[in-house]
Amino acid sequence: MATAVMTRLDPQSRAAARGWSDLSIRNLFILPTIAFLIVFNIFPLIYSLGYSFTDYRASTNAPANFIGLANYRDLLNDDFIWNNFIVTAKYVLVSVSGQVIVGFGIALLLNRAIPFKGLITTLLLLPMMMSMAVVGLFWKLLYDPSWGIINYVFRLGDFAWLSNRDAALYAVAITDIWMWSPFVMLLSLAGLSAVPKHLYEAAAIDRAGTWYTFTRITLPLVAPILLIAIIFRTMEAFKTFDLAYIMSSQDTTELISIKLYKMAFQEWQTGKSSALAYIVLIMVLAITNIYVKYLNRVKER
Amino acid sequence: MAAVKSSGALVGNRLAITAILVITIVFLAPIYWIASTAFKPRALATTVPPTVFFQPEITPFIKLFVKRVQLTKPVDPAVYEAAPWWEKRIFDNGERVLRTGPNVQLSAYPSRFMNSLIIAITSTVLAVGMGTFTAYGFSRFKIKGEQDLLFFILSTRMLPPVVVAIPMFLMYRAVGMTDTHIGLIVLYTAFNLSFSVWLMKGFMDEIPKEYEEAALVDGYTRMQAFFKIVLPEAATGIAATAVFCFITAWNEYAFALIMTNRRAQTAPPFIPSQLGSGVIDWTVIAAGTFLFLLPVAIFTFALRGHLLRGVTFGAIRK
Repeated sequence: MATAVMTRLDPQSRAAARGWSDLSIRNLFILPTIAFLIVFNIFPLIYSLGYSFTDYRASTNAPANFIGLANYRDLLNDDFIWNNFIVTAKYVLVSVSGQVIVGFGIALLLNRAIPFKGLITTLLLLPMMMSMAVVGLFWKLLYDPSWGIINYVFRLGDFAWLSNRDAALYAVAITDIWMWSPFVMLLSLAGLSAVPKHLYEAAAIDRAGTWYTFTRITLPLVAPILLIAIIFRTMEAFKTFDLAYIMSSQDTTELISIKLYKMAFQEWQTGKSSALAYIVLIMVLAITNIYVKYLNRVKER
Repeated sequence: MAAVKSSGALVGNRLAITAILVITIVFLAPIYWIASTAFKPRALATTVPPTVFFQPEITPFIKLFVKRVQLTKPVDPAVYEAAPWWEKRIFDNGERVLRTGPNVQLSAYPSRFMNSLIIAITSTVLAVGMGTFTAYGFSRFKIKGEQDLLFFILSTRMLPPVVVAIPMFLMYRAVGMTDTHIGLIVLYTAFNLSFSVWLMKGFMDEIPKEYEEAALVDGYTRMQAFFKIVLPEAATGIAATAVFCFITAWNEYAFALIMTNRRAQTAPPFIPSQLGSGVIDWTVIAAGTFLFLLPVAIFTFALRGHLLRGVTFGAIRK
């Protein structure tokens, strides 16, 4: 009997005959969660899939008319929506590459004996734990053209970061980089500390240069975990709503989530916004899928 | 082995330490700025050049909690003398406190802060409670299609909030659940549940199965073994997971913006909405922000050993 419980329990086994059977305990523990997620995540999505084929507007009492794929066709032919996707792509690119450069850079600097290393690391991680909405709000104060501290420190005069059509997206991205570089730093540090020291010692004996050591030893070994950081941040940046919505109301910063929000809750185009939500959803699930694959691969090592 | 460091490496190390110090200061500057603005006299909040050194005062926090209006005529000296110390500060700012009868009218901030607390704590308890059981199930029992189920659970977390909010808003409106605490609690529980399952599974996997097996051999039922052996062992993991879930719910903005507007509104949509109303008093906004960020800052230090795990959904430990 004891040997039967040694391995992972088969719920059908009678190993634990006393009290509840393992099968019923398993179901009791797992099914409520699955049911909860189905009711509050999957069911709503099915509900909105239905609406995406209609011209329903939640602001009126008019019944929803079935209009087939018209919403999807309109959206995919709409230049403005494409523009939202382009803005989003630009934002993702600027903000994620900024985070990788800054975050990985800090990790390289931190990857040595430094006094108060733990304290410094924790302090650097503070920004990413904060509310994006509130961070966006106080960065507005920092960016203020007349008395903001950023323009004062960098001698930028009255440069209006957030009301400048071209600069606004970068201003939001800079805030995002400030917030999330520490995330990349945290993962990179984990990757760097896992590089076996003897590889560096061997390289030193061979009189390998710093650059050679970096590109041939450090980078390849840290790459998998860095990739996880990149995919995760890409997914999050793609979904960004709070930060850009609070900081700027320019059309040059109208990310796809903001467009979706406006379409659904300001223009009340419920049917059409449900269709757009589905387009966004499919893109997010695709990135999630890639993310989980890599996560599992790294976990196995 | 003691490596003999060349003088070049030593100089490099010094440079790196200096760079780290500079970077840390740059990263903390925005946080320092918001914290210091919360203690500034109003006149010093938006000066050119910016004011770095000043005599801190707590007037912004007093203003944050009470309803005020501009004084139209100077205060009667007798009234001023009779007022409590904190009300004098308001008078000194050229404003007076609104009252209904003898009672001070509170601003919306305390009620929004309370809403945030109620909603974040309740949804955390639910998500971590359910997540702990589920994680144990996934960790210990054979489950058909386990990987697919886990992916399904994770994918619910990745959904963009606005995508979920559209149908949820319609459903809530149909049953009268918009602007209710329970409405946000349900959404945040669903949102945090998947995170809690993934993180707790990592912690459960680390508890040796032999502990329960020994208990089962000693005559415990599996339920008893779970409650008396596994749960105490998982306490640290449960605490860390709870703090992460709390912070996520505490910080959440999009659902709160869409689903609430007054009664159940939380702090994140409320604090920025103050910008729209009349003359902006940044010291009061900074005070509200400071109080709102304080718990998160404290928790970040409490969590420091678990941050890596938390942000990778338990996949990467130290």
